[in-house]
Amino acid sequence: MQQIINFIIRNKTFLLFLLLFSVSIVFTIQSHSYHKSKFINSANFLTGGIYNTFNNFSSYLNLKSQNQLLAEENNRLKSLLFNSETALDSVFIDSVSFGKIYKFTSANIIKNSYSLTDNVLLINKGANDSIKEDFGVITSKGILGITGSTSKNYANVISILNTTSQISAQLKKTNHYGSLTWNGDSPNIVQLLDVEKIAPVLVGDTIVTSGRSSIFPKNINIGIVQDFELDAAENFYEINVRLFNDMTNLEHVYVIENKDVKEIINLLNSN
Amino acid sequence: MNSVLSINSIRFLVLILTQVLICSQIIFFGYINPYIYILFIILYPVKNNRSLFIFLSFLLGLIVDLFLDSGGIHAASSVFIAYARPIVLKFSFGMIYQHQSIKFDSVDFGAKLSYITIMVAVHHIILFSLEIFSISKIILILQKSLFSSIFTIILCVLITIIFSRKSK
Repeated sequence: MQQIINFIIRNKTFLLFLLLFSVSIVFTIQSHSYHKSKFINSANFLTGGIYNTFNNFSSYLNLKSQNQLLAEENNRLKSLLFNSETALDSVFIDSVSFGKIYKFTSANIIKNSYSLTDNVLLINKGANDSIKEDFGVITSKGILGITGSTSKNYANVISILNTTSQISAQLKKTNHYGSLTWNGDSPNIVQLLDVEKIAPVLVGDTIVTSGRSSIFPKNINIGIVQDFELDAAENFYEINVRLFNDMTNLEHVYVIENKDVKEIINLLNSN
Repeated sequence: MNSVLSINSIRFLVLILTQVLICSQIIFFGYINPYIYILFIILYPVKNNRSLFIFLSFLLGLIVDLFLDSGGIHAASSVFIAYARPIVLKFSFGMIYQHQSIKFDSVDFGAKLSYITIMVAVHHIILFSLEIFSISKIILILQKSLFSSIFTIILCVLITIIFSRKSK
């Protein structure tokens, strides 16, 4: 016993080092598995508050380009609104129910990140605005990611530029779908994997969300096909998708809540 | 003694804020980032309580991790260089270190440069290995470590020169 205590006292620095090092390795491994980073995330009072204060100043720097984006979106929405009046009348039941399934909340990005391999963003809306885990986040141009852990006033967004993120996506012209992942190389290009060989893919095709995951509605823009090839087994396409979003310049986003998600999950689990 | 304490606490806070609000927003060519917060570990007094020093480094890394949503990669690499610091000190400064009398403001510039270089390089290699976490991307790890190291070393040397209290 005496010897054990002596050993601990003699090597206390090394043991402390070993302890702290393994604690941090555990945190690292947790952060590499999707949605597991519960302790170490920036959605808390202190870091969220500091980022928010700083963002209050720095958001002035790109006010012009952000206004431009919002004006473009207004323009697009106005043209949709005025051109689709007749169409709305004929299918009004559908459009009303569509509006009830998905609830949109606008939010601001207060911490952007795109240079790491696992990027996590921070937005200034949280549990107080009824934002929970697994809500979709989009911008005016395309999808951005899925919410992760939340605090009262802030929420983490697991970006599509994260090697652990997987989102169901499909070709706009046909319903062939695959899963959208990122290989960590370029912040403009993401990869669409597992698309059936039979799908008629062409360079320049638009890729949209498939609506299969109950997180995103169908037909939200993602990007266009830059190039594609068959995988090693020659059964599926691997498609490089150029994003519509400029991931390096983000400010205004929308959080989408699917109100029927419980019902869908219950139904899936009951089978 | 009191001034050592206050200088180091101020340095701790200022370096964290500078790191997360300024340096992590600089992104050269898509992936080059300086990590200057390790200056705290580099410039910590040589005569110290080693356990406390290692614990402070862990805390420093963990706070940076909190801000950058990076799990525990900064904590791990900070703890590692804090533990390995005596070896690097001995290698770079040789005899002076044996007498425990290094003042970072007044040592030979070459020795100081080699000390900073080794510390930063080791830190960055561990940092990016843990961040990317895949052997198959070793080229990317080395590339990121190399370019970010160069940037960090330049900034660290400049900061130590600007803020050195040598009066001539």
